[in-house]
Amino acid sequence: METIFANTMLAAALIFGICGAGTAIGFGLLGGKLIESSARQPELAPRLQVQFFIVAAFVDVISIIGVGMAMYFIFVQPFSV
Amino acid sequence: MAENAAATTEAAYASGGEYVQHHLGFLTYGKHPDGHWGLAHTQEEANDMGFWSIHVDTMGFSLVLGALFLALFMKVGRNINAGVPGGLQNAVELLVEFVQSSVKSSYSGHSPFIAPLALSIFCWILLMNLMDLVPVDLIPLAAQALAGNPHLSFKAVPTTDLNITFGLSLSVFILILVYSVRCKGLGGFLGELAFHPFGKYAMPFNLVMELPAFLAKPVSLALRLFGNLFAGELIFLVIALLGYWQFPLHFVWAVFHLLVIPLQAYLFMMLTIVYLNQASQHH
Repeated sequence: METIFANTMLAAALIFGICGAGTAIGFGLLGGKLIESSARQPELAPRLQVQFFIVAAFVDVISIIGVGMAMYFIFVQPFSV
Repeated sequence: MAENAAATTEAAYASGGEYVQHHLGFLTYGKHPDGHWGLAHTQEEANDMGFWSIHVDTMGFSLVLGALFLALFMKVGRNINAGVPGGLQNAVELLVEFVQSSVKSSYSGHSPFIAPLALSIFCWILLMNLMDLVPVDLIPLAAQALAGNPHLSFKAVPTTDLNITFGLSLSVFILILVYSVRCKGLGGFLGELAFHPFGKYAMPFNLVMELPAFLAKPVSLALRLFGNLFAGELIFLVIALLGYWQFPLHFVWAVFHLLVIPLQAYLFMMLTIVYLNQASQHH
């Protein structure tokens, strides 16, 4: 029981950490490019922002699914029968 | 909770875990294993019902919020004032113009169906997500008091139920199929899946590449909305375990979550428009 609990927590922590790292890198690149390109062509900024949000959704989706799964593992504990 | 840490954390976790788990359950109505229909009283009973069950709380709240959206917009539409618009009309006009400009910038064809669809998706999901800002125990406690059953599970945020998010995304998926077949013909649509990146001699490879991308659309739409709202709701629940410290923390998390709530509604709407735009474009 304790082993399963501890391993579930470790797995959840790993999921959180890796998901966080991945999205952090992705959003860093994405936001940096957005600011860079709006600085180059400020008149395009509104259109770029729309594109930014759509791509942000693609960057976000896998990690938020991972976070949801990790939360589910922690609180519902499907492995401890 | 700080006193005698080692002994009490176990107990606190057990009760805290129970509290959170209890809040993750739904008010389920369905067919019991012995054949009669009724409400499930525990989570096990709800699990035993299997397919023939329905989440009364999710259905109720989503339908009430949808009706609220329709009634509000109909009221404003009936009593429209071309001179000096009132506060409510201003808000509705703002929303309609926002959705209209989004559709105009992202949907290249002409379809009188897309903008109303986008408006309904945006407003409905926004209203359902906003239920997340109602204090986590308020509506469940009210429901328990009304039913006279202190162990009743009740969930007030419909978008933290996979059934709602998958219902929405599968409807969008059906629309994608309809638009693809209507704009490109059945042959054109299947041809795009089979012959697209590498020509007709690499058809199996093309299918392996295109089909998962196509089928991932509804899954990612549904899981994105669900994941964001579910994680947000769970953090509210965990904060609610903290005693008096919960008030400032709830406020901080609610402020952060205020960004996520409209963003998820906007993304669902935008991706619907983008997918339908892809479906109705010839190559």
